[in-house]
Amino acid sequence: MDFFSVLYYRFKKVWKAVRLYLVIAGPGLVVMIADNDAGGITTYAATGAKYGYHLIWFLLLLIPVAYYVQEMTVRLGAVTKRGHAEAIFESFGAFWGWFSLLDLMIVDWLTLVTEFVGMSAALGIFGVPVWLTVIVVVLLMSIIVLNGRYWTWEKIALGFCLLNLIYIPAAFMVNPSLSDIAGQGLIPNLPGGLTNELFFLLMANIGTTIAPWMLFFQQSSVVDKGLQEKDIKMGKLDTFIGSIITVSIAIFIVIVTGTLLHGTPIDDAATAAKLLMKTNHYVGAFMAIGLFDAGLLGAICISLASSWAFGEIFGWAHSLNTKVKEAPWFYVSFFITLATAGVVPLIPGAPLVLITLFVQVIAVTLLPAALVFLILLLNDKKTMGEYANTRLQNIVSTIIVVSIIILSTMYGVSALFPNLFQ
Amino acid sequence: MRTINQFINKIREINQRYAKPKVEMSRAVKISLAVLRVYLFLLVVLMVYKFITVMNVL
Repeated sequence: MDFFSVLYYRFKKVWKAVRLYLVIAGPGLVVMIADNDAGGITTYAATGAKYGYHLIWFLLLLIPVAYYVQEMTVRLGAVTKRGHAEAIFESFGAFWGWFSLLDLMIVDWLTLVTEFVGMSAALGIFGVPVWLTVIVVVLLMSIIVLNGRYWTWEKIALGFCLLNLIYIPAAFMVNPSLSDIAGQGLIPNLPGGLTNELFFLLMANIGTTIAPWMLFFQQSSVVDKGLQEKDIKMGKLDTFIGSIITVSIAIFIVIVTGTLLHGTPIDDAATAAKLLMKTNHYVGAFMAIGLFDAGLLGAICISLASSWAFGEIFGWAHSLNTKVKEAPWFYVSFFITLATAGVVPLIPGAPLVLITLFVQVIAVTLLPAALVFLILLLNDKKTMGEYANTRLQNIVSTIIVVSIIILSTMYGVSALFPNLFQ
Repeated sequence: MRTINQFINKIREINQRYAKPKVEMSRAVKISLAVLRVYLFLLVVLMVYKFITVMNVL
């Protein structure tokens, strides 16, 4: 074969792999980018504003953490064809099943409230009233979900994922110093030593990277999409690319606030957007649009995670490929979760700070259990066969899971008792 | 009333369906579940303590 034939052959091979990836891509990308939800954006904005570029190295460490945890749900979903809630019920019995399901319902609903708060605050910057934001979001999400096809829903969700990349041009617009980013951000360091404040922020970053709903969502999404064992390799690649993108977006947010707001205390991303607008109107507007998109994407995934889990356990039809007539309870539970969470920001004097605190604390009760179940399920060789965890995977995932449990517990406990670690 | 009865029956059916855990109860699984129970119990104790202290302040 001549040079051009070899080149053509290789191109065709690569193109075939790319096309296969594009068909399978979805659950990993969506779950990872949706991980940067309204709460996540606030955490990253606060990280940049408080410590500048100094914690970028720490965010990079979260790529393998997110990947190793989430890729297990791909294998589990593709092999068992069951969502995470159903897998827990079946493998560990009704007690642990109900515990996980009810905990998931509560934490999902509370997180959904925080997404609505984030979206309302973001659009409030442009003068949109809260009630209008809530109505538009509920209608928009209902239309997206009611189209009757998983494929369409996924592509729309991927469109919102693309919008999340808005932080990249925003970071370029603030003209950050590349040498400062490399010098301060890429060399591991703890600015000012391991203070209580820094520790809390590091734990918050971990808490936003791995959330309980992500495990349930991705496994159910893999099942609903119909991924088979042969698709696991591409599903893992999808998750890996997603984990790189989600951390990259986080880093770009840190660069934006680290460049323009370094040393300014901020409580939430909407405040950061308002402050940014004073320096650079477009960067502030990008931050607000990104915050709205992050909240919307988070809300899309979180509400579905609950409805899928309910459907799996109650035996209702629970697929986005079904029409309302075929799966009424699936769509009813989706709508009720969404609408009731949307109402909360409309209530004058609603305890939003308390809700945020509850999200952190209740997530801590669910996350360790869901992660431990995940590892135990991945070690069930009778079910998983050749896709069960290898010894190396067990060592890596156990180290990650134990670290997450310890840190997230400290995060939750410090949320309950703010002076405990001082 | 009928809907509530149906719901209760559904819960009973789910409890029966998943009454026996299917995972092989190896030593590692038993230890993990026991540790998880203790962990959750401690968390609940902490939350109750927090609730009581908040109520006392109010």
